[in-house]
Amino acid sequence: MAAQRWRGPCHRAQPVSEDTDENPGGGPPASISLREEFDGAGIAEVLAQLDRELIGLKPVKTRIREIASLLLIEKVRQKMGISAGQPTLHMSFTGNPGTGKTTVALRMADILHRLGFVRRGHVISVTRDDLVGQYIGHTAPKTKEILKKAMGGVLFIDEAYYLYRPENERDYGQESIEILLQVMENQRDDLVVILAGYAERMETFFRSNPGFRSRIAHHIDFPDYGDEELFSIAELMLAGQNYRFSSAAQDAFRRYIAARKSQPLFSNARSIRNALDRARLRQANRLVADLDAPLNAETIMTLEPEDILASRIFAQAADSRVSAA
Amino acid sequence: MRVTQGCFSYLPDLTDDQIKAQVQYCLDKGWAVNIEFTDDPHPRNTYWEMWGLPMYDLKDPAGVMMELSQCRRVYGERYIRMSGFDAGHGWESVRISFMVNRPKVEPGFRLERQEAKGRQQRYVTHAYATDRPEGERYGS
Repeated sequence: MAAQRWRGPCHRAQPVSEDTDENPGGGPPASISLREEFDGAGIAEVLAQLDRELIGLKPVKTRIREIASLLLIEKVRQKMGISAGQPTLHMSFTGNPGTGKTTVALRMADILHRLGFVRRGHVISVTRDDLVGQYIGHTAPKTKEILKKAMGGVLFIDEAYYLYRPENERDYGQESIEILLQVMENQRDDLVVILAGYAERMETFFRSNPGFRSRIAHHIDFPDYGDEELFSIAELMLAGQNYRFSSAAQDAFRRYIAARKSQPLFSNARSIRNALDRARLRQANRLVADLDAPLNAETIMTLEPEDILASRIFAQAADSRVSAA
Repeated sequence: MRVTQGCFSYLPDLTDDQIKAQVQYCLDKGWAVNIEFTDDPHPRNTYWEMWGLPMYDLKDPAGVMMELSQCRRVYGERYIRMSGFDAGHGWESVRISFMVNRPKVEPGFRLERQEAKGRQQRYVTHAYATDRPEGERYGS
């Protein structure tokens, strides 16, 4: 019984050990079909999903393709026995809010998992609060606990620059940074760390913590979305929720995007999602207002221009035009 | 004398890879893995000292192995065991427990015979190691 259990759970996704299974005679294979590796890992599927579900972000997609190719080649090299050791995979994602950093991190974890560079492929998303403690001796256990949870997957640190507070020299963030750096260096095959945040502040953060910059292999910059891209994102989001714009509402929403972009605190796709949520609210309100009107699937799925034009964004835009004049 | 306690203790000592596989098994079952240590090898010594808190919500054994290597660095000359705690309804108890570290030299036990009332004999198991104070028992 004991012996059975002991043999039971020996399943680790490690490319090197797979290789020995396939070649019981020993020795690395002389040639490997790249196509087979590519199809076997199912990367094409992840990349296609990335193209389908993420609008725009051309430079990001190109970088991810490059990284995926690099990892694929690295995996083949490992199989052939000419490995250069575990490559550094830590990354930094910089860009404005709502440009898809978290979404891409999830996809990245998937790619890394499929290629066998992380064992489990889960993502633990944290901010400063999860890593840094409130009193002396609290930080190290807290950071280590998060690191342990992230082992075998990806640790996504959002707004990483908050870890470092130069104005307070006794800030516990420094302690957390030291532990992170140590684990990032010594346990590269156990975990991949992705730092994310706004570009300028990340730049300052890296300048004051050169240890991070040198341990991060891939810096990816997320550009802002254009108007037309934002509109496609909106349509994609609505389709996911089984809603659609009427043709008049499409124009209204295009105008909404233009108006919203000029307002402060515009956070790209996140603002779009919030706008759509509010539009759904107004649509529901409009439908409920007239209880006797006939209702069919078409009307209940369609957002009309008045659902969008009622937004305070238009009122504010009008105000500012009046005050300017 | 080699102390045998918990699962697998009649097998050769588990290698790190085997420990990892066991931990993975526990994590896949959703159990919390806990590291405990002691230098009192008596079989009735049930409550060992804990190394940190039990590790909940882990996905991969690397985190547990990190703690184990730290525990070994500090208490390498003591017994260390791992247990898997199942918080599931109806269980709420330790489901697996196995040793992952033992002192290099284990002096073993002596049997003491006590004369009790009448002609009664009482037997006491006494670990040689516990003749010395805690912390100095296994050469450390």
